[in-house]
Amino acid sequence: MKTLPDLLHEHAFFKDMDEDHLAFIARCGENCIFNAGDHLARENAPANDFYVIRDGRVAVESYVPNHGSICLQTLQSGDIFGWSWLFPPYLWTFDGRALDEVHAVRLDGKCLREKCDADPKLGYALMKRFARIVTDRLHTTRVQLMDVYDQQKTSLDSGK
Amino acid sequence: MQEFVLQAEHLEVLIQVVRSEGFQLMGPVVRNGAITYDEISTASDLPRGWGDEQEKGYYRVSRNDSGAYFAYAVGVGSWKQFLQLPRRKVWEAHKKDDAMDILEVLDEVPARAFLGVRSCDLHAIAIQDRVFAEGQYRNENYARRRQNILLIAVNCTTPAATCFCTVMNTGPKVTTPTDLTMTEVIDHKEHYFVIRSESQRGREILKQLPLSSLEERHSLAEEQALQAAVQKMQEGPRKFDSAGVKELLYRNYDSPVWDQVAERCLSCANCTMACPTCFCSTVEDTTDLTGEHAERWERWDSCFTGDFSYISGGSVRASTRSRYRQWMTHKLATWHDQFDTSGCVGCGRCITWCPVGIDLTEEVQRIQQLDKTL
Amino acid sequence: MIPAIFRVEERNEEFAGTVTLRIRGEAREVPTEFNPGQFNMLYAFGTGEIPISMSGSPADGNGYIHTIRSHGFVSRALADLRVGDAVGVRGPFGRGWPLDQAAGKEVLVIAGGLGMAPLRSLIYRLLSGTPEVSRLRVLYGARRPQEMLFLTELEYWSRRMELILSVDHAEGEWPGHIGVITGPLDKAEIDPDNTIAFLCGPEVMMRFCIQVLTAKALPESAIFLSMERNMKCATGHCGHCQWGPNFICKNGPVFCYEGIRRWFDIRAL
Repeated sequence: MKTLPDLLHEHAFFKDMDEDHLAFIARCGENCIFNAGDHLARENAPANDFYVIRDGRVAVESYVPNHGSICLQTLQSGDIFGWSWLFPPYLWTFDGRALDEVHAVRLDGKCLREKCDADPKLGYALMKRFARIVTDRLHTTRVQLMDVYDQQKTSLDSGK
Repeated sequence: MQEFVLQAEHLEVLIQVVRSEGFQLMGPVVRNGAITYDEISTASDLPRGWGDEQEKGYYRVSRNDSGAYFAYAVGVGSWKQFLQLPRRKVWEAHKKDDAMDILEVLDEVPARAFLGVRSCDLHAIAIQDRVFAEGQYRNENYARRRQNILLIAVNCTTPAATCFCTVMNTGPKVTTPTDLTMTEVIDHKEHYFVIRSESQRGREILKQLPLSSLEERHSLAEEQALQAAVQKMQEGPRKFDSAGVKELLYRNYDSPVWDQVAERCLSCANCTMACPTCFCSTVEDTTDLTGEHAERWERWDSCFTGDFSYISGGSVRASTRSRYRQWMTHKLATWHDQFDTSGCVGCGRCITWCPVGIDLTEEVQRIQQLDKTL
Repeated sequence: MIPAIFRVEERNEEFAGTVTLRIRGEAREVPTEFNPGQFNMLYAFGTGEIPISMSGSPADGNGYIHTIRSHGFVSRALADLRVGDAVGVRGPFGRGWPLDQAAGKEVLVIAGGLGMAPLRSLIYRLLSGTPEVSRLRVLYGARRPQEMLFLTELEYWSRRMELILSVDHAEGEWPGHIGVITGPLDKAEIDPDNTIAFLCGPEVMMRFCIQVLTAKALPESAIFLSMERNMKCATGHCGHCQWGPNFICKNGPVFCYEGIRRWFDIRAL
């Protein structure tokens, strides 16, 4: 059976991370399984956790009255879900819902924050990884905003 | 090759022989204050005693007292108008109930002779041959018009200020295949043509002319006239390194020169219409009121127009900057990769007919200057 | 070159404004062979002619299949054709996908929006086994599931190829990815020495995908894309489709990225 450090080690988010740091982080974690439809997170609820998705798909959603949930993005194996635990007030800004059976490692946010404060080297290594995830997500969102599949953009160039 | 002297007063004989051979003879005429190309039925149709003054955005015909028939540089428009028609019907389509049929329009192609073709324009014709007749697909309309043309070239001894064929290596002396090549010489009251036959058809015509033999003084006078033309161009301002221009332009897609020229360029398309090699065309489809008869017409188009590069939503080249850059870079650079030749023959028409006086040679020099300083 | 007369035998509305037509030569002897990625000039009576790539199987000798999005005069007239109507056809033109280079390789087909049309011809061909490829993955992105072409067929084929669907937005049950195509592309494992990628879609979408592919060390010589420009004649004579030294009609529409890289980044070329 694989240990938690093994599982983290295999995940893209922790690729090339220092073994000691991984073992240290793993002490804040536990394995968890969600069934399709289960929520990993609810908007405005306390954000105490950070999920390393090993298998299955997670939808990042927001609920719109008279409409239902709008899915902004789907995450899958190799992704991570949740960074609201990083900054006060530690509340989820979106819903996270399992689209099928999701296997993940749940890491305790408070525990991680304390470890990062105590060991700035670990903190920096982890924050670099989060910064990468955030810029990737921002990039994706920007491309999404561009409506890149539209073949019929109106010309903005006046020709002057 | 046979070479002789034809006295100027016998030019009429040449014209009538060519016509009697069944050719419709096209040549220079003075019309609407300009030298243009049109049908010639007698030597008196030719612009005898007329010359042209050409500068940036400037053109005038002017009388001279030389009595020469070909004392101008190049005519307005070019021979292109007889080979790639400015407008032609391509097909007619009919629809009745569910049935549709399309008939290709094959118009009658007259056997034509071109009289007074300059070397630059011969190069231009050869360039269009590559585009239309020597590629993977053949433009039949062009090819049919082109194949029977009898070419009677006249060496250019009277270049305009706008001419730069010496830069493009396209003249002034004729070096490409023709049927007949002539040089007009006026020397101490003597007025004659040195005439050479370059083809079987040319020899057949020569046989019917009152010729005298070519003497050394004729050859010398001819050579002097051509040398004077070369010298005139070389002393002028229109010079650049045409061999290096392709790579120069490929390096300079972002040159500020394009912004500067766009400030002046009106995107009017005159340069492309006047250019003897510009080959772009578009099509127009129409129906009559019954909706049962449709026609397709092809007409000259220009990369300076807004809808030329239109793809769903808008134009790829929306700005004048991008259009001028496309035109000049095509002429002097990408043409080499497409057709293994320059697209510019140095005839200077684009300079003369630009209403704001943009001069391609100046723009190249400007890019060259900036390229050196970077 | 004048169009041959074809007739619409079948018309399928894929979604609002986009139809797939099966057309057949009126004279039965009209050959309809083509290479995936090639295109025809389709003539709508009295309205005009536009380039449309073949979206059907190259092995189907039953005429041509074209998928048309109605957004201009001519495409609207073509999309409005009914079964039994006549249409003019010139073609096939252009260079298609380099099938010979796909042999033995892991093939990555990347489609955006309507770009799936010329790629479906390629998928048909690759599923037929010639050339034989070691892996076939199809990544298809669109705005929403309703605007995806050939979805039923693609899902049916997913037993024989890997299919990854991505949309910007979806409501209700949607088994695919929500985000953009670059997301799943970035997640895909790519063996840079043994992969060939075929892209078709809006130019900006292809640009973003190429960024991902080259970041994953796929050589530029293993990336092929289909380009679009204004086109009138399809024979290299009208000058409209010039793109740098290339004529999209005869040197393309499919180009190797390595060969056109120099031109790809020049704006308003």
